[in-house]
Amino acid sequence: MSGIPHDHYEPKTKGEKWVESRLPIIGLLYNTLMIPTPKNLNWWWIWGIVLAFCLVLQIVTGIVLVMHYTPHVDLAFASVEHIMRNVNGGHMIRYIHMNGASLFFFAVYIHIFRGLYYGSYKAPREITWIVGMIIYLLMMAAGFMGYVLPWGQMSFWGATVITGLFGAIPFIGEAIQTWLLGGPAVDNATLNRFFSLHYLVPFVIAALVVVHIWAFHTTGNNNPTGVDVRKGSKEEVKKDTLPFWPYFVIKDLVGLAIVLTIFFAIVGFMPNYLGHPDNYLEANPLATPAHIVPEWYFLPFYAILRAFTADVWVVMGASWITGGIIDAKFFGVLAMFGAIIAMALVPWLDTSRVRSGRYRPMFKWWYALLVVDFIVLMWAGAMPAEPPYSTISLIGATYWFAYFFVILPILGVIEKPTTPPATIEEDFNAHYGKPAE
Amino acid sequence: MLKKLSIAALAALSFSAGGAMAAGGAGHVEDIDFSFEGPFGKFDQNQLQRGLQVYTEVCSACHGLKYVPLRTLADEGGPHLPEDQVRAYAAQFDIFDPELDDDRPRAPTDHFPESGLAEAPDLSLMAKARAGFHGPQGTGINQLVKGMGGAEYIYSLLTGYTGEEKEEAGTTFYENTAFPGGWIAMAPPLYGEDVEYADGHSNSLHHVAEDTAAFLMWTAEPKMMARQRAGLTAVLFLSLLSVLLYLTNKKLWAPIKGKKLNL
Repeated sequence: MSGIPHDHYEPKTKGEKWVESRLPIIGLLYNTLMIPTPKNLNWWWIWGIVLAFCLVLQIVTGIVLVMHYTPHVDLAFASVEHIMRNVNGGHMIRYIHMNGASLFFFAVYIHIFRGLYYGSYKAPREITWIVGMIIYLLMMAAGFMGYVLPWGQMSFWGATVITGLFGAIPFIGEAIQTWLLGGPAVDNATLNRFFSLHYLVPFVIAALVVVHIWAFHTTGNNNPTGVDVRKGSKEEVKKDTLPFWPYFVIKDLVGLAIVLTIFFAIVGFMPNYLGHPDNYLEANPLATPAHIVPEWYFLPFYAILRAFTADVWVVMGASWITGGIIDAKFFGVLAMFGAIIAMALVPWLDTSRVRSGRYRPMFKWWYALLVVDFIVLMWAGAMPAEPPYSTISLIGATYWFAYFFVILPILGVIEKPTTPPATIEEDFNAHYGKPAE
Repeated sequence: MLKKLSIAALAALSFSAGGAMAAGGAGHVEDIDFSFEGPFGKFDQNQLQRGLQVYTEVCSACHGLKYVPLRTLADEGGPHLPEDQVRAYAAQFDIFDPELDDDRPRAPTDHFPESGLAEAPDLSLMAKARAGFHGPQGTGINQLVKGMGGAEYIYSLLTGYTGEEKEEAGTTFYENTAFPGGWIAMAPPLYGEDVEYADGHSNSLHHVAEDTAAFLMWTAEPKMMARQRAGLTAVLFLSLLSVLLYLTNKKLWAPIKGKKLNL
């Protein structure tokens, strides 16, 4: 499985040989777990394990919740209250599932931004990156549909707004929207299909996670220097790497335990902190909430969606060129999906030959600005769509696109990177000194 | 630099989350020191029982608690009424039984009645459907020690009437400093001395409103005490696990990093 030379599993006992010659599963597990991992990985590399844990946590708690939940417009809200009041431990399971979604997105954002800084998306890891982006998109779909299931006010109106985005597509939009909703408006058919898909998507994610891991086990992990593991011989590999078990498993578990401590403090002491109070009111198609705000993890892209109003010159230009086919609403939808597509295309937009941001003096600052931009967009997305927030969103959205389509391509040409260490071993020893022989 | 950025990111995440919630509130919400606030907060059983009395004698004339099973009045983390009292309390409300094709008195397994007045919202979850606190700076972090502020919102609403009235399209509206928009259709429900408490507790408007708010916090979050206990246990065990794993990791890596270890 791995492109890095290392000791492979050799069945020793008769029983092991019997199994291995029929189904090489022990070898597969061994090789996966013992994969040579760059020994200079820092703490930003723990989030993959946190994400794997989140997926399992959400699937397990979700399956239990389904045992008590009723996907029907008249019963869904009451069945959630039934879980909260009558099911043994139900309140904990639901709060864990609810906040688990937030932890999942928190972890994925750090994971993505770690990749963006250390150039984990660059050759030869493009497929790992693309698969990761597909996982992220599916997570957003699952998160969105899951939020609809409790059938509160925000569930209903969030679903109405987001499915309305598809209605903005010229000519076929309305037909697509009706097809998605299963009717002219968000109703029982919508709730049922969202429930069905919310149950399905995590398993698709699980399959893609296997592909994601398969891909980077083939190329090997990136590392903070971005320098490749020497692959000349097993001895060289051993100088640059350590087996995943036990070195990185234990290290990742330290990170996971700390993250979970904070997670359970939130679940136990302020479980509704990240939610919206309006979702404790049952969905009412006749009463629109004063502010319809998506969950925090959608806010940056929600801000980009709302940033392109009809009075922005790009929008006016696009509208004029296409004869009004691309109006402000459709432009916003294109911008929102475009912002995610820009991230997915980054392996081909970044022209720098140096992988890690650590050795790119100019890149560092533009990258820091991107992180700030992401946070500002998140904040602006929570604010009402009026000045000055709309202007701030527009500036933020512009920088987002500029970073991927202008700054990264140009930086690679004009920037003079510093020299990365020749080997991972050199980087590691520079930090810790030579190991005791 | 990445480290600094991450701290900023953490701060901002909570910031935006608070912002998202800030979008809902408007009126003035008074801060009350309820016994159930903070990670170690507990419901005051006597207060919940008093609140139940106010709810029964005043609120329930119009409002309902349709999600709350009557038997939970006996719960330890709640008003903790004796079983026979719960049975007697439940029996005062009738319910239509399709099997009998007639009304019968409610049993503890039934829920509280629904709102009697169509315009009066159900109060089961009201204390969670309104957030009073968003500070500091819109982060909402103080919810950790103060709670969401839903109970405070209810208290502020009950005591926030100015006495001004206006009539619009045949409906009378009452000025209220806590209600978003400032004018509410509900007539002032409490004036003080609305109920006579059996335990001799003061029945001034301030106290009656506080007891009602506490009771409605319990109906909204009946498992709060169990949840906080579970949270505390989890945090303690996970902290211990973190320390043990940290030490394991340190020992594991020491020879690789060429360090001598004194454990």
